[in-house]
Amino acid sequence: MTEHVKFYQTGTFTVGNRLLDEARRTVQSLMTRANSLNSGHRACQGCGEALGARYAVDTAVRETGGKMAIVNATGCLEVFSTPYPQSSWQVPWLHSLFGNAPAVASGMAAAAKVMGKDIRIIAQGGDGATVDIGFGCLSGMFERNDDVLYICYDNEAYMNTGVQRSGSTPARATTATTPGVGEQPGNKFGIGKNVPRIAMAHGIPYVATASVADLRDLERKVTRAMSFSGARYLHVHVPCPLGWGSDPAETLKVARLAVESGLFPLFEAEYGKVVGRRKIRRRVPVDDYLKMQKRFAHLFGAKGDPAAVARIQGIADANISEYQLDDIEAVKLLNI
Amino acid sequence: MDHPFAITLDPNTSRDNLTGAWRTKRPIYGSHLPPCNHACPAGHDIQRWLYWAEEGNYQKAWEVMMENNPLPAIHGRICYHPCEDSCNRGQLDQTVSIHAVERFLGDLANREGWTVPCRPNTGQKVMVVGSGPSGLSCAYHLRRMGHHVTVYEAMPRLGGMLRYGIPAYRLPRDVLDTEIDRLAKMGIELRVNEKVDSVQEMLEWNQFQAVFLAIGAHKSKHVNIPAREAGKIFDAIGFLRDAADAPEAAQAKVGRRVAVYGGGNTAMDAARTALRLGAEETVIIYRRDQAKMPAHISELNEALEEGVRVQWLSTIKEMGEDDIEIELMELDDKGFPQPTGKFEKVKADTLILALGQDSESEFLKGVPGVKIAKDGVVEIDANMMTGFKGLFAGGDMVPSNRTAAIAVGHGKKAARCIDAFLHGKVYEPKPKKPIATFERLNTWYYTDAPKSVQPVLNQLRRLENFDETTGGLDESNALYEARRCLSCGNCLSCDNCYGVCPDNAIEKLGPGKFEIKLDYCKGCGICVTECPCGCMDMVREPE
Repeated sequence: MTEHVKFYQTGTFTVGNRLLDEARRTVQSLMTRANSLNSGHRACQGCGEALGARYAVDTAVRETGGKMAIVNATGCLEVFSTPYPQSSWQVPWLHSLFGNAPAVASGMAAAAKVMGKDIRIIAQGGDGATVDIGFGCLSGMFERNDDVLYICYDNEAYMNTGVQRSGSTPARATTATTPGVGEQPGNKFGIGKNVPRIAMAHGIPYVATASVADLRDLERKVTRAMSFSGARYLHVHVPCPLGWGSDPAETLKVARLAVESGLFPLFEAEYGKVVGRRKIRRRVPVDDYLKMQKRFAHLFGAKGDPAAVARIQGIADANISEYQLDDIEAVKLLNI
Repeated sequence: MDHPFAITLDPNTSRDNLTGAWRTKRPIYGSHLPPCNHACPAGHDIQRWLYWAEEGNYQKAWEVMMENNPLPAIHGRICYHPCEDSCNRGQLDQTVSIHAVERFLGDLANREGWTVPCRPNTGQKVMVVGSGPSGLSCAYHLRRMGHHVTVYEAMPRLGGMLRYGIPAYRLPRDVLDTEIDRLAKMGIELRVNEKVDSVQEMLEWNQFQAVFLAIGAHKSKHVNIPAREAGKIFDAIGFLRDAADAPEAAQAKVGRRVAVYGGGNTAMDAARTALRLGAEETVIIYRRDQAKMPAHISELNEALEEGVRVQWLSTIKEMGEDDIEIELMELDDKGFPQPTGKFEKVKADTLILALGQDSESEFLKGVPGVKIAKDGVVEIDANMMTGFKGLFAGGDMVPSNRTAAIAVGHGKKAARCIDAFLHGKVYEPKPKKPIATFERLNTWYYTDAPKSVQPVLNQLRRLENFDETTGGLDESNALYEARRCLSCGNCLSCDNCYGVCPDNAIEKLGPGKFEIKLDYCKGCGICVTECPCGCMDMVREPE
């Protein structure tokens, strides 16, 4: 059969595709995938972080042939994957402290070098461990350009300890420490950190943002990151159905809308400069994304706050324009 | 267990923790009925043959098609494709051009000479009266089941309405002949020029163990139109028959300005045929409006493209030498046409009547138990049998909407009923699965793709001859079109479920084969949400 046609039904949107040859499918579609984070862990139903961790680490295992080790900061991922005496991990794995995963990883990378072993080190943690308490160590690891890939699973709060606000919590989201009361319920506007941009400011070889909603993009970025040596940072957006108040069955849908609304831009940078972005495919207004989550429920309805929603839309618009995520045509159509 | 320094956990020990106990709902794989399959009167398993065509396995796709309809190259051209009208892709961008892929596969099979197997001979003999789509379909299915079939055709050539009703510019004769030829090669006995007058005796003398009547409806209905002179008035059915077998005779009938009385598909074909046989102008006169017209909209559009005019809401009063007097009608509030008393004259020297067809079923009048309606249509029960035991009927001669696809569907159903009858049983159809509606799909995953367009002959070239007006797709377009299918309700092996489970609770056993690991599935439902084709459901955990 001559193959002139370059159309594949679901193309590269689905995990696999029987019409594509195996080399063009994702790691997750393979029966031989590593399943580094295996069944039996205690993550909530529909946990985005469990999915993100398996996606990223399985890809890293393929890239390194399994010659890698993970350093995991305290947090949801660490707790649900290793309640003593069980572990769901199938790869070498070390639990550091809450705030020193980057430092421990730097040490392990140095040790591997001294021992002459070709073992790549991956450090991972949630937004709490990365953006807040581990920030000093992270900056140190970046500044020294230690050969570590740091993956941050950003579910936008300290979920493990009961949904407290972190430096990554978005504006007007309700958390345990930014309750939905008062004049401006939820987290304030104008606070928080953009750690991917801070990582870029360190001038490290590779920085990227990714989402569980786009598996192929995430796998490509992990692969690309592993091709560099030196400090690399990957920031993965992972929904938390419990903390966000979304339906567990809709975890990927809510992650997808975060990307398609522009609130979570997908881009990659090398040595401090943005070199690529994943354009938005079907743009939606931020309302579609916010309405799926109870942590934003106070912005809608009879006692809603349209001005706040408009301001959040402004954040999305700014992202889209900054990273050139969109076609002009689509913007016109939505009239936003 | 002795661990090295600082090691406290063994890998993969979480497998002991059976998180399946957390569930209140579980996912299940299922198969829903795609709306195209549901709409097809022949019961085509469209999604299934498109699945094979998508991979480039055209022969397997054709074999799946042949399980239901033995005339794909024909239907890919003439069927009104109710499948496409209900295709879910139409709610996404544009419907899949199913008929174009069917035509491509049918033509390919004809070029390659592919065949289908038949079961071993059963020794039972079935008589089929009529070699139109219904008779041929019934004969085909019975032959595949292993029965011996004899088809009796009154006309000199085979095909029924396919040959004598549908002109060559819609269905080329070589395509028709090749598809019929395949049936002959399967061992179906095909006899022409044999008009059947009695069937009761065939059954009573056990010449045949069952009879399927598919004589169609070939007798034109008539209306009395006073003609001042012996102007040329004749019926459309006879005209189209002549156009097929004796074109000079047909041409001789056609004058310069032809009027066609009627609004069905036959009227459209008669008008377009008249244009090709020398008429300078053709006008269709119809007593109601476009909304009430029985002709399929595609037929009307093609006729209009060729320059046929339509005089709506008019009835014919009388015919002069070179004109026709018509009375204008208007619709009352119930939608029925009422005379207005206003008259006009339409220039025409030829009038073709296309006012509907009756079935020539008088020969069945004496058969006990057989009920015949006023227009010759024969009544049948839910198992396609008339009141006389062993005598079945289908196609245009039984109450139906009279399309070729419906006829073929009748033939298939009748074959199954007859097969059951021959075994002393009653046919019981399998219960239908629930329909795969658009809401069940997750359309994010399908790549954007506009519909393929088939090449069409331009106006000048069309009217000079009876060449096929619409061309087919070539392989790369057909493959593309097949891949536009969303595979509604049936797994397309995309691996999404396997990939999106946070608990690795779906086992991939092979391409397109998955199993839920109930020990670990927490019932979150992400797999069901992210299944593009909607073949999964969440159901309550059993007590």
